[in-house]
Amino acid sequence: MFWFTPALLASPARAAVPLGYLSGFGPKADPVVMLTWGLLLISIVVVVIIAALVAVGTLRRRVRGGAPIALVPVERGGGGLRWFVVGLGLSGVVLVFSLIWTVVVLAAVNGPPSAATVTIEVTGQQWWWKARYLSDDASRVFATADEIHIPVGQPVRIRLIGADVIHSFWVPKLTGKLDAIPGQTNETWIEASVAGHFLGECSEFCGVQHAHMALSVIAEPPDAFKAWWNDQLRPATIAALSPEAAAGERNLVYHCGACHSVRGTGAGGTVAPDLTHLMSRRTIAGGVLPNSIGNLAGWIANPQSVKPGTLMPNLFLSGAEITSVTAYLETLR
Amino acid sequence: MSDVERTAEFAPASVAYRRNLGATWATQPGIAGWFSSVDHKKIGIWYIVTAFAFLALGGIEALVMRLQLIGPDRHLLSPEQYDQMYSMHGITMIFLYALPVLSGFSNYLWPLLLGSRDMAFPRLNALSYWIYVAAGLFMYAGFAVGAGPNNGWYNYVPNASRTYDAGMNIDFYSLGMIFLGISTTVGAANFIVSVLRMRAPGMSVNRMPIMVWGTLTASVAGILVVPAVSLAFLLLWMDRQFGTHFFDASQGGQPLLWQHLFWMFGHPWVYAVVLPAMGIVSDALPTFCRRPLVGYTPVALSTVATMILGFGVWVHHMFATGMPNLALSFFSGASIVITVPSAVAVFAWTATIWLGRPVITTAFLFFASMIVLFVIGGVSGFMTASVPVDLQLTQTYFVVAHLHYVLIGINLFPVVGAIYYWFPKMTGKMLDERLGRWNFWTMFIGFNLAFLPMHLTGLRGMPRRIYTYPDGMGWNTLNLITTVGAFVLAAGVLLLLVNVLASLRHGRLAGNNPWDAPTLEWSVSSPPPAYNFAVIPSVVSRHPLWEDRLQESADRSVLESGLVLDHGRETIGTTPLDAEPDLILKMPGDSYAPFILTVGLGILFVGLLLHLWWLAAAGGALAFAAIVTWLWPERGLAQLAEPGHV
Repeated sequence: MFWFTPALLASPARAAVPLGYLSGFGPKADPVVMLTWGLLLISIVVVVIIAALVAVGTLRRRVRGGAPIALVPVERGGGGLRWFVVGLGLSGVVLVFSLIWTVVVLAAVNGPPSAATVTIEVTGQQWWWKARYLSDDASRVFATADEIHIPVGQPVRIRLIGADVIHSFWVPKLTGKLDAIPGQTNETWIEASVAGHFLGECSEFCGVQHAHMALSVIAEPPDAFKAWWNDQLRPATIAALSPEAAAGERNLVYHCGACHSVRGTGAGGTVAPDLTHLMSRRTIAGGVLPNSIGNLAGWIANPQSVKPGTLMPNLFLSGAEITSVTAYLETLR
Repeated sequence: MSDVERTAEFAPASVAYRRNLGATWATQPGIAGWFSSVDHKKIGIWYIVTAFAFLALGGIEALVMRLQLIGPDRHLLSPEQYDQMYSMHGITMIFLYALPVLSGFSNYLWPLLLGSRDMAFPRLNALSYWIYVAAGLFMYAGFAVGAGPNNGWYNYVPNASRTYDAGMNIDFYSLGMIFLGISTTVGAANFIVSVLRMRAPGMSVNRMPIMVWGTLTASVAGILVVPAVSLAFLLLWMDRQFGTHFFDASQGGQPLLWQHLFWMFGHPWVYAVVLPAMGIVSDALPTFCRRPLVGYTPVALSTVATMILGFGVWVHHMFATGMPNLALSFFSGASIVITVPSAVAVFAWTATIWLGRPVITTAFLFFASMIVLFVIGGVSGFMTASVPVDLQLTQTYFVVAHLHYVLIGINLFPVVGAIYYWFPKMTGKMLDERLGRWNFWTMFIGFNLAFLPMHLTGLRGMPRRIYTYPDGMGWNTLNLITTVGAFVLAAGVLLLLVNVLASLRHGRLAGNNPWDAPTLEWSVSSPPPAYNFAVIPSVVSRHPLWEDRLQESADRSVLESGLVLDHGRETIGTTPLDAEPDLILKMPGDSYAPFILTVGLGILFVGLLLHLWWLAAAGGALAFAAIVTWLWPERGLAQLAEPGHV
């Protein structure tokens, strides 16, 4: 299996099976992918051997012709002990080999190969992910939701917090799972070796909408990443809004601002996703819908029909209010 | 001669003596017998039938879920309905089917295997059954009123706390599990004492059937670990109802405490629901291979070793909680090492087939195929033992496939095999072999069709416990195949039911020993008389009925003559290791006390659930009255004087 490099599987698998982990794209995932294939092959070989032994053993000396069972002689043959000696000897070698390989891989992916350049505080909550980019310079700290941008080829530290119940952070093509648990902070790291969009999911049952708590990691070249970060720091512009968008801004602050933030406006809520650069994100509502004006309007009109049980209430806005709010949201690029 | 100083004589059983015994041990006829019998054979069969009823319920829940998951974006069930469905499916299969069905076989078989007339505590046996039924109904009552458990069988906090789950769902589950824990505990205590004190003279520990080793090991584990889960559920209930903060991180509680308490119980429990079933295979498979089991001693010892190691692997359910590497490595190592005793059993069974002369019957097919299913479940477990790999596998459908190979492969397949094997003993009728082949192949093909591709579904990243999934994830075809397979498997189980019902009416008569099997239960009539053994047999080998043919020693077990015991319900107590006759045990007769005690406890738990403290107190009082009646000393049971010695 050592000649089996993940690159062989690279692009097609990623496209067809976005959450598959038989291929990986980075120094954290690669050794684990190799180990997974290795153990899988060992497992398949073991199953085939035992199945063959059972099948052949059954057919080899079976009693034919439906003789009454009591007429088949009972005797204790010899040679049983050899099965244990050979079987346990072989199993022992394979198990020790697997254990050593496991511990080696565990050590290899324990920490990043070089110091992490970016630290992101990721908070799992019902049913979305908040990502706060940390910096020693307080003016460079900002929060976004559900989409995490990282620089290609650089290790990124993830600091995990559970806001309400236990969630689990999982981006299969980059890293295995780590739980986000209330009352404790867990740390892990990720690194993508190629640019691209890597899908993640919450992987601990966290309530009625656990199925819709997706996460995306977007790996981009370091320059593009830096530009994105700088762009995200910008507050929303409220000058030069069309009259409809300006009305939408007022409606948003009034109806949505207790939960959502749009930096630079009166909307300062912290319990729901920051909307300052909403239109830079690909999906809404924890990955349920692609981000489009139509979907935003539908979501605002009736979140409970899109994602039953979501903590976003039905606000019973009028059609005109919804139109104005979406017109405003469209400016949040 | 007074009863107390009596010494039992050694003699064959006369016709009059048998008639007298029959009258002494018979359960009263009609409805009264239903609620008062302490006959281990009746209780065993009730256990098996009830467990299969729960299996059917859990199976229907599974099929409904499979309809939801047959393709992407299906909405047959609402998210909340799906969550209750998957939770009840797990709870039903693990707590209300898997262990109780094995308790049923053990209850039915133990005294027959051990050469005794009953379990050590017959009334406790009845109590264990009734509480199991009541606790099952209690949990299903929540489901029936739309407030069933909805947070999965391992029910992690804080999602199970009142803040995030405000209804009564989790209260039904918490109190139900504490209730069920009583059944498990008294049942386990009964098994342990029975095996230590109730074996036929001469059945030293190295002559016990492996199934007895399996159930004994599972019972010791149950006694040790059930308190952990009962405590966990009690603390959760108090957190929910009285505002304590055991699991509440915001008030200094610890969510991971729940996971430790639960899995300290949960992992050994998994072994408890497979070890007795593995024992069934170890005992019954050799009958069809026409030779004794290869490696009795290694298999018996590995049964115990599995459980001892099984106490040290619970953390492998918590690899993703953020533990230090050293702890991860230790539990990873322990989880890999536990493969070894399981491998011992696999080699023993395979060698037994290979070195024997297999007679292919339906029971044989279930047992032999179980070896392969066991290995598939075993190697997928070995993969999850490797921490870095598990961090990917865990919480995906790979684990769902793994646990179904364990529970269906190592529990359901041996259990159905055991039904084909012991149904003749229980009913006097043979199951139909032709229908049996259909039964086997439908179940085998359906099961593998449903769950073998599911490994790939997991490797392709499908998370567990999602009520629907989007298109374009690479899961559609696999899920369709799994749904088809699930229905084929269900059809297979239905064929078993058809076979049982048809054979009860029209089955061929079995006779005492239709399989020409070696152990004591086959020496008595089918079905066995209420008193099991007219005279208590004396045993000199593991295979009392094969001694003439194996010719392994000059000694012979004595089955036709034995200790004559007919002064009321009596059996013999023997010493724990060597099974030397020690004293005559006076066994209690039928009693309503276990049933009434269960009713009292049921009322108590309903009172606690509804915060109706007066009702809880009334239930407690009824339970107390039942206990007093139960324990009131009786002269007939020699509880007012020393029992006699042999």
